[in-house]
Amino acid sequence: MTQTMKAADVVIIGVGMVGSIIAKELAAAGYSVVGLERGEPRFTVPDFQGPGVHDELRFDIRKALMQDNTREAVTFRNVSSQTALPIRRWESFLPGTGLGGSQVHWNGQTYRFQEQDFVLASHVRERYGKDFLDPELRIQDWGVTYAELEPHYDRFEYLLGTGGKAGNLKGKIQPGGDPFESPRSREYPTRPMKEHYSGAMFRKAAGSLGYHPFPQPSSNLSEPYTNPEGLKLNTCVFCGFCERFACEHYAKAVPQTFILPVLLKNPNFELRTGCQVQRINLDSSKTKATGVTYIDTAGREFEQPASLVITSSFALNNVRMLLLSGVGKPYDPATGQGVVGRNYAYQTMSTVASFFDKDVIINPFMASGASGTLINDFAGENFDHSKLGFIGGSFIGAVNTNGRPINYHPVPPGTPAWGKGWKKAVADHYNHTVMFSVHGSSMAQQQNYLDLDPTYKDAWGQPLLRMTFEFPKNDLKMADYVTAKGVEIGKAMGAKQVVGAPAKGPYTVTKYQTTHNTGGTVMGADPSTSVVNKYLQAWDVPNVFVVGASNFPQNATWNPTDTVGALTYWAVDALKKYMKQPGKLVSA
Amino acid sequence: MSDITRRNFVKVLGTAAFLPGAATPALALAATESVTPATTNDVPVYRFFNAEEVAFMEAACERLIPADEYGPSATQAWVTNYFDKQLGGAWGAGERLYRSGPWQQGTPTQGYQLPFTPAELFRAAIRAINAEFTAQGKRFATLDGDAQDAYLKTLQAGGKELGDVPSGVFFELLLKMTMEGYFADPIYGGNKDMLAWKMIGFPGAYANYYEAIDAHGVAFVREPMSIGSDGHGHTHVDPNIPASL
Repeated sequence: MTQTMKAADVVIIGVGMVGSIIAKELAAAGYSVVGLERGEPRFTVPDFQGPGVHDELRFDIRKALMQDNTREAVTFRNVSSQTALPIRRWESFLPGTGLGGSQVHWNGQTYRFQEQDFVLASHVRERYGKDFLDPELRIQDWGVTYAELEPHYDRFEYLLGTGGKAGNLKGKIQPGGDPFESPRSREYPTRPMKEHYSGAMFRKAAGSLGYHPFPQPSSNLSEPYTNPEGLKLNTCVFCGFCERFACEHYAKAVPQTFILPVLLKNPNFELRTGCQVQRINLDSSKTKATGVTYIDTAGREFEQPASLVITSSFALNNVRMLLLSGVGKPYDPATGQGVVGRNYAYQTMSTVASFFDKDVIINPFMASGASGTLINDFAGENFDHSKLGFIGGSFIGAVNTNGRPINYHPVPPGTPAWGKGWKKAVADHYNHTVMFSVHGSSMAQQQNYLDLDPTYKDAWGQPLLRMTFEFPKNDLKMADYVTAKGVEIGKAMGAKQVVGAPAKGPYTVTKYQTTHNTGGTVMGADPSTSVVNKYLQAWDVPNVFVVGASNFPQNATWNPTDTVGALTYWAVDALKKYMKQPGKLVSA
Repeated sequence: MSDITRRNFVKVLGTAAFLPGAATPALALAATESVTPATTNDVPVYRFFNAEEVAFMEAACERLIPADEYGPSATQAWVTNYFDKQLGGAWGAGERLYRSGPWQQGTPTQGYQLPFTPAELFRAAIRAINAEFTAQGKRFATLDGDAQDAYLKTLQAGGKELGDVPSGVFFELLLKMTMEGYFADPIYGGNKDMLAWKMIGFPGAYANYYEAIDAHGVAFVREPMSIGSDGHGHTHVDPNIPASL
């Protein structure tokens, strides 16, 4: 027996970063908004308080804040000829759940993408010729430009209070910032984070090689800040429990600190937690959504009618919601036809470890999630690829995020996995090692995609999402090239041993890499290669909007959150326009 | 607790065989010197493992992290107590493990694909190991260290079945959980007296370095702090994960 709820103007699936920003804007504009969140309500006080939050086993190893995969997993295979099997424990990527979404457990690394990233296909064709690209790749332009998004990046960074040093203000290069960045309209709202010793060593070494080190942009606050919503954020204390953890200090920019207190006061907004949305309901024409159906924690089914449906969940779950609802044509890798699930991409993660003697004391446990020092000299299109045989790049940085010892006890290659030799190596190297992140782009290719699994189900009886993914050869070449540059920086730091570990295939779900899953509901100008138009409106069902990293046609060098935030405010403007005059914002 | 007493305590523990019954003199000494123990028990009280399983686990973990001059061995750090409480609790019962079939073995990139919960997996594997030694009239726990290492390496290499559990899968989980018990907060029953943290210089749940981060290259010297530390620096295990019943 389904109970029908009072109709709302807008229903939002997923009250994380995207959902809470959109809800706040539309509720403030006078629309009735219902936010459906599958997880629990949770707040800095009392849920995120110390010392209990400083628990590596519970949060880092056992992944207490993550999507409950006993109820809702993802199946995986490297290639279509294999049978996909459930990811029975999360390791490679960690989707969150609960109010505030995955952003609650992020590291706060807040980068913009560059101008070329948004027009990548056109740019590569123009710069390197039409035959340069590996034919297995499926890169494309976004349909939106950096110039269009810049005000929205700015607004999002000022909402979060992101700290950093501008490298390019309205076209003028600024000392101390990233000279490769695309123009900013103004300086960051807060100053850069203090620099960890590893960052200082990196800065000196990278500078000596002629590169351009700059402080990592951070949405863990370097100083007290009051955002445009009137909410106050505090200074980060470098506790070393950031990614995979919630912040006890109100120092990490997450929905609980930057917007929820305002949103939850607005009577136009209703938050419902514990609501597992089953599908977006369509009318008989299949071109109009009538609302959503969800199941509450007691197993009761509800229908929430609404004029507008926004799916703002984690990238993978946005894709699954459209597939479960029949919004957009599913992608078929055999023919290349169809769009939902197309262009799934990830991030190509490599590392460099620099081992020092015992007189060099690193103190890895003094850490914030985003207080590194990096270079963009080998990122994106910042270097000439014409003789390299690949596109894309990586930033290289000393990004010391923690010294939590279950996961972090670096040892040199050749160290036994256990026994006396292992123990001595751990004791000798724990406090005397610097790790670089070599954080790289991920190109879409025809055989990498998302669809519904034919066999495995979630706790509500619906098919799990199936992921088919292997690293493109292009990206592994890129990882080899840039990791070697990182090794040179490690040597210039004077380390006694420097070990580069470029990303290698086959891709495995057994090892953490990153939670930057992108694509599957790609944005674009062409309905035959995108799910949503440039305003993130579904081509086939104009009263459905899809917002998240699932909109990326391929993934750029950097962490996706800032770009998701910019797209969110970009979509907010479009949504306000749509609410006044419903209809297709772009005619196909 | 004075530093001297602490050192003696650790030193004595370090030379004592830590099998049940063997450690009594060291602990009696510690008690007569009015050391305030971090936990109220002198030896782990096992509630999941049976005696045969304890014998294997203590001996095996001791080879994975042996005693030496750097820091505690696995048993000195009560790693087996950690195993016991984890396997006897929600984690052992399959917490956060997607457990719907059908079951089939995939590629290594697809990860764990067996129906066993961690508790079932340990029970089945140790039963098979102990049966294998009993059939030869031996016990794993009484082999010399080299022979124990050699046997553990055969498990690690894989290709052996331990009561339907592939030995490589068992060994991998044994090693992973040994690291967890060694380095996790003492509230979980291992990392006794934060000795593993002291070995590497990790300050634990202390977690506030706003000023200290500016002192580049300077050693940060202070006693670590557990989530369960009280105002006197005593560490209490989580009452929900008792070291004793």
